[in-house]
Amino acid sequence: MNEILRVEGLTKTFKLSRKQQKIERTNRKEIVAVNDLSFTANQGEIFGLLGPNGAGKTTTLRMLSTLIHPDSGDAILDGYSVVSQPEEVRGKIGFLTSELKLEDFFTPNYLFDFFSQLHQVDEATCQQRKQQMFSRFGIDKFAEVKVANLSTGMKQKLSLVISLVHDPDIIIFDEPTNGLDVLTARVVTDYLQELRSAGKTIILSTHIFSLVEKLCDRVGIIIDGHMITCGTLDEVCDGLPLEERFFEIYKAQKGGEE
Amino acid sequence: MKTENGTPKGSPTEREVKRKTENNTWTIIKKEFARFFGDRQLLFTTVIMPGLMIYIIYTLMGSGMSKMATQGADDLVAVRVENLPTCVAPLWENLPATAILQQPVSQEDINNLENKDLNEVLVRFPEGFDSLVVQYKSESGEMAPNVEIYYNSANNASSRVYHLLEGSLSNYEDQLSNRFDINRADDEEVRFDLANQDEVLGSILSKLIPMLILMLLFSGVMAIAPSAIAGEKERGTIATLLVTPMRRNELALGKVVSLSGIALLSGISSFIGIVLSLPKMIQADTAGVELGLNYTSADYAVLLITILATVLIMAAMVSILSALAKDVKNAGTMIVPFMLVVMFCGLTPMFQSGTPQGLTSYLIPFYNSIQVMTSVFAHEMRWMPVIVMLVSNVAYTGIAIWILTRLFNSEKVMFSR
Repeated sequence: MNEILRVEGLTKTFKLSRKQQKIERTNRKEIVAVNDLSFTANQGEIFGLLGPNGAGKTTTLRMLSTLIHPDSGDAILDGYSVVSQPEEVRGKIGFLTSELKLEDFFTPNYLFDFFSQLHQVDEATCQQRKQQMFSRFGIDKFAEVKVANLSTGMKQKLSLVISLVHDPDIIIFDEPTNGLDVLTARVVTDYLQELRSAGKTIILSTHIFSLVEKLCDRVGIIIDGHMITCGTLDEVCDGLPLEERFFEIYKAQKGGEE
Repeated sequence: MKTENGTPKGSPTEREVKRKTENNTWTIIKKEFARFFGDRQLLFTTVIMPGLMIYIIYTLMGSGMSKMATQGADDLVAVRVENLPTCVAPLWENLPATAILQQPVSQEDINNLENKDLNEVLVRFPEGFDSLVVQYKSESGEMAPNVEIYYNSANNASSRVYHLLEGSLSNYEDQLSNRFDINRADDEEVRFDLANQDEVLGSILSKLIPMLILMLLFSGVMAIAPSAIAGEKERGTIATLLVTPMRRNELALGKVVSLSGIALLSGISSFIGIVLSLPKMIQADTAGVELGLNYTSADYAVLLITILATVLIMAAMVSILSALAKDVKNAGTMIVPFMLVVMFCGLTPMFQSGTPQGLTSYLIPFYNSIQVMTSVFAHEMRWMPVIVMLVSNVAYTGIAIWILTRLFNSEKVMFSR
């Protein structure tokens, strides 16, 4: 399989304000969110970053999507560096997180065209893809309804569609089913599997074991910014159910720290 | 005595309820104070800044007004007097910065006084004024002897000396029980103030319109910029844009140009309203002065260029503040001090006579726009200040867009809460 993503020594430190120090009850002036993280992902696979809240999953994905800059290390996506070629990287990826919102004022139709233009998608391809995606997710009936008037589930489906307007080869999803109702979550997971079948690479973060077991070909367990283990599900689980294995690793990691 | 629910008045239950209400009220007060005093920016803009800004603005206004009041006070004015009567001569002997010259005043001299650069006042007494005054009987129905004083109100020195001469003659007239007139116009065509009507109108417009334009442009920018940038941050939609391949400078330029365009439309709409209502406001219609007819197409072109350059830099600066703000409300708070500075620049024509001669003043953003607009309305437009204003404002806008690009690139600014 072709390696499409290589992450090497990615590190990110955040400075803590006095207010944050109070909340965190610490005197530390900074916190290392991601520490010397390295992993690879191959074309046509779903790679899952599994970890508890605050482990550094979202920070890692935000660095991969070039929203934030790494302090050191680099990630090469389809030959482009997140450090030195962020615009090219953004052209190659589709990034979806609950933090990214769509303007309430506009309609799905307008937003699809708008983001297609930003991704330099030609008009004919845009219209063809719009029809296909809107039909696939049932958005076509609401194509001229303002986002403000769409249901939460419909907004999430639209966000997913908008993140893929340019048919990217690498798709980065932060907690893809977080906050979704069961029906929408199912639509999303089914679509991720379809994308994998179409040869797309998907990097997702989650803390839901069942999602990893259902979707991921390979998984990396990340705790306190460190990649603890990384491999296929069988390699990581080592004969145990994933949940059991995760807690074993977590306890060992935390016990080691103590 | 019992309360409505049957418990005795003043019973522990009622006291407890009262105490709880007081406690809750105090808790709310404490929370509001903690919110207010814990936010240093809010504290600064609400408590410290108003006093500071009033002090600065009033100090500068006072300085400007004092400068205006003393303008022309030291300029020597030639008072050319025809038939200076012996009874009036002593009254005018010691007037400050005046030179009394006894000589005939011709119609040509009067016409020449239309030039506002001449520091002159012309006075015509009737021949034999002293005896005419003595002989005059008000009950005769005849016209009283008339003293004609010609001046140019567009010239501060001429205007100052006119008021001195007119004041001393009025006092003298009162002492004589109104036995002569001052500047009685026997003919509608006669003008004693020889200031050009265009210049008078231009002077009024140059003090009012630039400030109004600046205010309208600013209100247009204020109405949209915080929502377009700080609002996008607040709603999380800016991040959706930032993950597209678009360059940050394209985003910054797109924002500034679109905001400028919308603000300009808003400004133009308001400007048309002003232009249409201004004749009524200054009652120029009744004076037979047709507003705007005496401005050339070059004047209008310069005005348009100035408005464009001003709105560009204004949108860029407000965009920077909006990008730095956490949300729309915070943007509004951050923009207030900037707005006060801009408004102060708008007020400067009211406290000055003419526009600065040196070119360095035209490097100061907003002040330069105001001065160029003032010069256009006052018919004093010069090309070099216009060029300096235009080039510097475009350069400042470029710098502002560069800063905005950096801000769009800054994860701390874009994703801070």
